[in-house]
Amino acid sequence: MLLLYLSIPEWLRKLIADFYNNFIAKGRFKNYILKGLGITLLVTFFAVLLGIVLGMIVSIIRATHDKTYHDMTPGFLKVILKIVNTICVVYLTVIRGTPVVVQLMIAYFIIFASSNNKVLVAVLAFGINSGAYVAEIIRSGIMSIDNGQFEAGRSLGFNYIQTMAYIVLPQAFKNVLPALANEFIVLLKETSVSGYVGLMDMTKGSDIIRSQTYSAFMPLIAVALIYLVIVMLFSRVVTWLERRFRNSER
Amino acid sequence: MNADDQNKTYSHLIEVNNLKKHYNRGEIKALDGVSTTIDKGEVLAIIGPSGSGKSTFLRSLNLLERPTSGEILFEGINILSPGVDINKLRMKMGMVFQHFNLFPHLSVLDNMTIAPVKLLNKTKEEAEVDAMELLEKVALLDRAYAYPSQLSGGQKQRIAIVRALCMHPDVLLFDEPTSALDPEMVGEVLDVMKALAKDGMTMAVVTHEMGFAREVASRVMFMADGRVILDDTPDAVFNNPDNERLRSFLAKVL
Ligand SMILES: Nc1ncnc2c1ncn2[C@@H]1O[C@H](COP(=O)(O)OP(=O)(O)OP(=O)(O)O)[C@@H](O)[C@H]1O
Ligand SMILES: [Mg+2]
Repeated sequence: MLLLYLSIPEWLRKLIADFYNNFIAKGRFKNYILKGLGITLLVTFFAVLLGIVLGMIVSIIRATHDKTYHDMTPGFLKVILKIVNTICVVYLTVIRGTPVVVQLMIAYFIIFASSNNKVLVAVLAFGINSGAYVAEIIRSGIMSIDNGQFEAGRSLGFNYIQTMAYIVLPQAFKNVLPALANEFIVLLKETSVSGYVGLMDMTKGSDIIRSQTYSAFMPLIAVALIYLVIVMLFSRVVTWLERRFRNSER
Repeated sequence: MNADDQNKTYSHLIEVNNLKKHYNRGEIKALDGVSTTIDKGEVLAIIGPSGSGKSTFLRSLNLLERPTSGEILFEGINILSPGVDINKLRMKMGMVFQHFNLFPHLSVLDNMTIAPVKLLNKTKEEAEVDAMELLEKVALLDRAYAYPSQLSGGQKQRIAIVRALCMHPDVLLFDEPTSALDPEMVGEVLDVMKALAKDGMTMAVVTHEMGFAREVASRVMFMADGRVILDDTPDAVFNNPDNERLRSFLAKVL
């Protein structure tokens, strides 16, 4: 047994010890990395949902403004549209003009200072952040749809909202699917700054391990690999989805 | 007065009075006081040089373009008066566009059934039976499950026509329905339109096909500079035009 142990080269022995120390001992992998992964995925998932909802609403308001404001008959609706659109523009400008980690800290330490639900605050912060980018992506999708599609829908008797829902948005979505997927990949990776507000996400988990074992290599490489695998899997799904969409038109 | 009473009292299916459409605060007068009528079963051909306001006029009829002033009575109702549900009225006015505007994300059948299902509360089955019947009429039954990108231009336009017909409109508006087609496909679309005219469909057709206007139209309206210069039978318009502008226009297109 001892012989066997001695026959292993020095560097490999060190590697195994390192591995054991960083991941197995005290259940570190399970307690920090896996649990952190759970938090990372949880925050990402709900932030994506919030981002889509917010992005849809904001993009439809923006596109409606850009397309119809000019020809609208003056009145109550026109004023409302102007106000709502201005709010959207301010939202987009502020969110896209400041770093997400600053937004996260503002959310945690200022806006929701009374809340100690870090997951919820992170979901809100990342969701509101992502919503701005999703909004611009979907808006570009809507604007890329030929106006004839709007007119064909309206001429059949669909109202503005029905035309959007049945005719324009399905096409717009398909066109921007790659950009949206990319945004969600960015979001997943951005949640890695959650440690700034003390949220125990996966990156923070690796941080804690490092602070206990004084070795950076193992925990950081492990976390990097996990992010990479998730992103690659997700990209696969998106490629598959895109192909399916495209096939349905051929 | 309820809707039934109104239905009985109108004398023209469509009546347009002194319709104006201005752009840039009146600098451009796309329509400069157009008045006309369209009766049930009539085929009105609208001709005229580029920029004369033909499209603007046609698109005003279903309010894709909002006129600056004037009156459009459709089945006795002034559709420009506030409170009119334009979506309800558009269901009764089909429109066919120069560039077809089929919905590329839907199959031919879905292109045709989406509006009846969502707007007329038909079941999917009812709407499909109806659609299949119409597809048969335009000899495209075998393309029911195809997508628009798989169709030729002529096929696309025939589908666009039957898509509009699926709503069983009281009038069909065409804006240069054959102008985007390769010459060899113009005939198949015009044939469908001729058949419709024969069936008594009311149509307003902006067209550069003088042959179609002469043969099929019951009336021809010649426009220039946003005005109606002449509005008469095809015979009167084509056979001895005594109007100088019409003569020079016809000399160019014939
Ligand atoms: N949105 C707009 N803004 C300004 N001017 C416009 C606009 N739309 C149309 N016009 C002008 O109104 C006039 C009538 O245009 P319209 O499209 O109705 O002509 P048309 O008879 O259909 O011409 P064509 O045969 O080329 O289709 C033209 O002078 C055009 O430049
Ligand atoms: Mg035109």
